[in-house]
Amino acid sequence: MSKDNQVLEEFTSKEYEHGWNVNLEADEAPKGLSEDTVRFISAKKNEPAWLLEWRLKAYRQWEKMTEPMWANVHHPQINYQDIIYYSAPKQKKSISGLDEVDPELIKTFEKLGISITEQKRLTGVAVDAVIDSVSVATTFKETLGELGIIFCSFSEAVKEHPELIKKYLGSVVPMNDNYFAALNSAVFSDGSFCYIPKGVRCPMELSTYFRINAANTGQFERTLIIADEGSYVSYLEGCTAPMRDENQLHAAVVELYAMKDAEIKYSTVQNWYPGDKNGKGGIYNFVTKRGLCFGDHSKISWTQVETGSAITWKYPSCVLKGDYSMGEFYSVAVTNNYQQADTGTKMIHIGKNTKSRIVSKGISAGKSQNSYRGQVHIMKRASNARNFSQCDSLLMGDQCGAHTFPYIDVENQTARIEHEATTSKIGEDQIFYCLQRGIDEEAAVALIVNGYAKEVLNQLPMEFAVEAQKLLALTLEGSVG
Amino acid sequence: MLSIKNLQARIGEKEILKGINLEVNAGEVHAIMGPNGSGKSTLASVLAGREDYEVTCGEVEFNGKNILELDPSDRAAEGIFLAFQYPVEIPGVSTINFMKTAVNKIRQYRGQSPLDAVAFLQLMKEKMKLVEIDQSLLSRSLNEGFSGGEKKRNEIFQMAMLEPKLSILDETDSGLDIDALKIVANGVNSLRSKNNATIVVTHYQRLLDYIVPDFVHVLYKGKIVKSGTKELAKELEAKGYDWIKNEAALV
Repeated sequence: MSKDNQVLEEFTSKEYEHGWNVNLEADEAPKGLSEDTVRFISAKKNEPAWLLEWRLKAYRQWEKMTEPMWANVHHPQINYQDIIYYSAPKQKKSISGLDEVDPELIKTFEKLGISITEQKRLTGVAVDAVIDSVSVATTFKETLGELGIIFCSFSEAVKEHPELIKKYLGSVVPMNDNYFAALNSAVFSDGSFCYIPKGVRCPMELSTYFRINAANTGQFERTLIIADEGSYVSYLEGCTAPMRDENQLHAAVVELYAMKDAEIKYSTVQNWYPGDKNGKGGIYNFVTKRGLCFGDHSKISWTQVETGSAITWKYPSCVLKGDYSMGEFYSVAVTNNYQQADTGTKMIHIGKNTKSRIVSKGISAGKSQNSYRGQVHIMKRASNARNFSQCDSLLMGDQCGAHTFPYIDVENQTARIEHEATTSKIGEDQIFYCLQRGIDEEAAVALIVNGYAKEVLNQLPMEFAVEAQKLLALTLEGSVG
Repeated sequence: MLSIKNLQARIGEKEILKGINLEVNAGEVHAIMGPNGSGKSTLASVLAGREDYEVTCGEVEFNGKNILELDPSDRAAEGIFLAFQYPVEIPGVSTINFMKTAVNKIRQYRGQSPLDAVAFLQLMKEKMKLVEIDQSLLSRSLNEGFSGGEKKRNEIFQMAMLEPKLSILDETDSGLDIDALKIVANGVNSLRSKNNATIVVTHYQRLLDYIVPDFVHVLYKGKIVKSGTKELAKELEAKGYDWIKNEAALV
């Protein structure tokens, strides 16, 4: 930490070495990535010098790195110079009513049970702000403010709480952690920041949905959540509604920091555009998510329902540094058509008596490939560490693939590690059994799949779980028979 | 109620049903008996609409409808219930949840509104008593880790819940000890009425001591070779199936 501070200081006291010649009035950065692009982004956001230097340092590291190729996914080479790294948050084109929206999309919304107001918000129909989310968000902010909870956009936090950002940015996911994390550190657009003070139990689920002031930050999002001693927070990311985005490459970074006796529960529903039935288009989702259980008896729990994206590369991890700290990972990853997912977790046991639990449920259909990749690492000092891993795969049809890549490294003989893995197929027998009871095929698949994923879905907050169930069924619609 | 005329069916290239004729009226219990491989379970599966079997000839009319044209789930909604010989496991789905889905899907087919939680629970409690089944079993994942007896009792519970017009019991007695058999038979008997009918498919006469049939049919090599009353079952018990085989060979 002290070394980092020193470096930071050096940077902040330095003059800019490079001038730039980019037109600051432009709404968009020119295509491609260079130091100038990074400066442009930072200037656009009126960032302090230290943050610019931090970004530049990340950029220089990224330049020296190569894209990782070990994941079990295949895609055409990404041309990083053909991407626009910054465009000003645009007001979505407002339309006057839902009848102007693609009827297919409305159908999907209805199947998911999304309310009319919500449908309007998602499709950009102008909504009377007083009755909709603004008022909700305002009361929300007041309640949080009274408890001393900070919940705002990342940009806002840089301005309002620079001391926290300086201290914790990159403390869990260092800027040079991996290729995509370095890229994000250089060019991140915006994201969320959250701080829960000592001993405060956040009384509601914090959801990005309520944070309405950060528009269009999807591509290179950055999230930082800090739970101070003895605090608790449950955070929801994403939305079950299908998210379309013109940016093909997404590289987000999420950092969680839990101090002594603190607990962070982080839930994600990811439903980015997966591409069409023939595998054309779709989002490449390369995400780095990591939580640090810094203090003793701290706990971090990841729950994810991944149904979208053409490619998912994502390993929400826990570094269990504090003694008696605990990490959990619950995941359902569904792939259909030509989707590819390589997802899992890392549990790094450093402290004594640390515990981790992994429950991963993969579902593959169509011609998709679904891989679980997980690492359990018990370090030398981690006496009496315990891990339990369960990795199940469910196959639908005979043209998809399910793969499991578990890595286990044990440096302390007192460790206890259990790993269970199963692979099963949705049987014709199961479907016929349901049909014979009057349950049609679509409902039968939904029932079977939700039963299979139950242990993970149970971890989600109630309302989210109901939506996630519908989402699973919808993603797999028509994939049997 | 059910009228089967010259029903022929095969699986792959193998002919299994070679012209079945059977009439079942409301209020009746029919037993289908026969040696292994005679086509008993195939008949049950074909009536329920299992896709593995191809119907090559014949008609099956159920309450005036040609059911061969209906999907299995629509046949179920029309009132045909099959108690499976080997009920499958569905992990993570409780019997309660499964039945709630089934009951409401069938109600939807019939143009009825779905049962709310209270009404459903009431219906469930009532039927649980009827088949002497414990609620803890119904909260567990469907058939997962159930004993043979529990699986069969669960089938009868589902039958009670769905109140079918025609119930087909496929070897419901297999794998049951005498106590379980009695409980299952009591359940079936208490569900009998003048408005519904039952087809009991069995290899052994034993079950028919408890579920007394009005008619007994012997299936052999894909055809009904002999029909009679419950006395026929007793005769089979005494003489074995060889007697029928020889008689059939003479025809």
